[in-house]
Amino acid sequence: MVKQWMKGLAGVAGVIGLSCSLNATAGGLSNDTVKIGVLSDMSGVYKALEGPGARLAAKMAIDDFGGTMMGKKIELISADHQNKADIGASIAREWIDSKNVDMIVGLDNSAVGLAVQGLASDKKTITMATGPATAALTEAQCSKYGIHYVYDTHALPVGTATAIVKNGGKKWFFITADYTFGHALQDSTSAVVKNLGGEVVGSVNAPLGTTDFSSYLLQAQASGADVVGLANAGQDTVNSIKQANQFRIVQSGQKLAGMLVFITDVKSMGLDIAKGLQFTTAFVWNQSDEAKKWSQRYYDQQGAMPTMVQAGVYSAVLHYLEAVKAAGTDNSDTVRKQLGEMTLNDFFVKDGKIVANGLMMHDMYLVKVKTPEESKSDWDLLEVVSRIPADQAYIPVSESACPLLK
Amino acid sequence: MPISVILAQALLGLNVGVFYAMLSLGLAVIFGLLNIINFAHGAMYMLGAFVALIGYSYLEQWFGISAQIGFWGSLIVAPLVVGALGVLIERTMLKRLYDLDHIYGLLLTFGITLILQGLFSNYFNVAGTPYPATPDVLNGVMNLGFMYFPTYRIFAIVFSLVVCFVTWYVIEHTRLGSRLRAGVENPQLTQAFGINVPVMITLTFGFGAALAGLAGVLAAPIYSVSPLMGADLIIVVFAVVVIGGMGSIMGAILSGLALGLIEGLTKVIYPPAASTVIFFLMVLVLLFRPAGLFGKEK
Repeated sequence: MVKQWMKGLAGVAGVIGLSCSLNATAGGLSNDTVKIGVLSDMSGVYKALEGPGARLAAKMAIDDFGGTMMGKKIELISADHQNKADIGASIAREWIDSKNVDMIVGLDNSAVGLAVQGLASDKKTITMATGPATAALTEAQCSKYGIHYVYDTHALPVGTATAIVKNGGKKWFFITADYTFGHALQDSTSAVVKNLGGEVVGSVNAPLGTTDFSSYLLQAQASGADVVGLANAGQDTVNSIKQANQFRIVQSGQKLAGMLVFITDVKSMGLDIAKGLQFTTAFVWNQSDEAKKWSQRYYDQQGAMPTMVQAGVYSAVLHYLEAVKAAGTDNSDTVRKQLGEMTLNDFFVKDGKIVANGLMMHDMYLVKVKTPEESKSDWDLLEVVSRIPADQAYIPVSESACPLLK
Repeated sequence: MPISVILAQALLGLNVGVFYAMLSLGLAVIFGLLNIINFAHGAMYMLGAFVALIGYSYLEQWFGISAQIGFWGSLIVAPLVVGALGVLIERTMLKRLYDLDHIYGLLLTFGITLILQGLFSNYFNVAGTPYPATPDVLNGVMNLGFMYFPTYRIFAIVFSLVVCFVTWYVIEHTRLGSRLRAGVENPQLTQAFGINVPVMITLTFGFGAALAGLAGVLAAPIYSVSPLMGADLIIVVFAVVVIGGMGSIMGAILSGLALGLIEGLTKVIYPPAASTVIFFLMVLVLLFRPAGLFGKEK
């Protein structure tokens, strides 16, 4: 009798809780829906690597999941953060406060990523950062609800810089995107280079979205370095490599090292310019039959093959939805716990684990751009050189500086 | 420091300098004749680049005209379109402000700039769209001995220098130029000699705008075409005009080239100062020669 009475009370409390708070502690879906927001650079330098393609990937994940969760609709919204942290944060605030967004995915700019993850965390909302690179997302500025999914500034140089230094590229000069991402990438690459006995002879900072890299490239040329390290991404990388070709940097004996290169960059430069370039990636569209199948579906709708980030968005959204289903609620605490307990497996990731600081640990690949003769089709651009196991690529959770773990 | 490094950065500096020169030339002509501080000059430059881009890529999609205007065509079409817009702005708006303080002209043209930038930001991305139609003959690379230099940039330098010096010659050494200068010196008296000063002023404004448009076309293949490309440049160009002397034609050309060179060489000596060296020089000039290096004290 008392037991039944207690049950009824719990039920009432649950209903009250649900109606009072977006993230009710009781089961079920807040606002009777699961709402996912894709926040990305939809028009600028990073458009091609995440942008509208990420929106498509998220939509594919929702469709593949069945489009509904426990009989309720799964909704998708998207917006352009214009690579500005304040714009990204204010969109995220509006989404969480008045549009009841349950999870934000994308955030392909480290400055935006850090701002939105911090804000979302205060509001107990899960973010799945697929685009930004800075390892600070899971290190110094880690958060209870923030997940870093595809790659980070620690993982990128491990494969690329190691391979280049071992091949004799000892003296490095950096051209660095002048904001948190570029500096973090330069620092972690420098650490790898110095660890292997190399040296950094200089660096120059170029603003995000620079169109004329000529004077930076000539400084790099004058530095006498063996290797010009490009600590930038997206259109910045494409422009610097294209212009390096115009000024015959490589032909004059220096090697270019793109620390963060996407397959869309290679496509946009063309194989003649990009051939031989080595870089680290989390995913190549033709790495397996499963990946090929999904990528072809993506290609049919987008007209381009997916980058590691776009494939990662699909994987992140699908696993989030599976976690919500398994937990029976979209409550952030419960879902985050569920995600931490899952082993992630799909065409994008094998045996991935989301550890306590929010980092998704998975294998990475060192790849090389094919020559025009080696390439058999339009998008057959990359060849896998080696696989980098997750525990070598990423900072082990035992060494993480994340304050949550202390 | 090897001499080849200095030469290389100097050449790149000259490359930037010709754009400074062309833009500050237009500004100086307009200021000299109309007494208008034309803040919209950067927007005219941006517009020139966009006319070239739209003429090549969007005519069919936007206007249903199945034609393409290539790079060479744009060198003629873009200045005409931008110049015509300049004439329209002068006739309908600026004309009413001549009797007022400079600041009104500056505010009006600043407003026009914001409108144009906003308009183009709506349809094009702010990060820039690469200009796809650089002619093949200019696409190569030249070996200059001390460095490899893209052929297009050499072309842009030579072409701009020719345009600058032809403009200077016309204004300083032809009959048309002498009338223009007379109109500046004493509009009432010039009018009394039967010269139509208002028409001359309108055409001059149109010409200044056209020069900016031409610079925009030349810049398109080097820098991406972006709604903010003019805003990035116009502040520097104002500093160039101040250094050269408001209203001085030769002053604008020479200081444009010289400041491009100085900026380039600063990148060799102390790179972080490259973006501020021009403003530092501007402060010095304002302190010791307030009328500018080539300007006359009034």
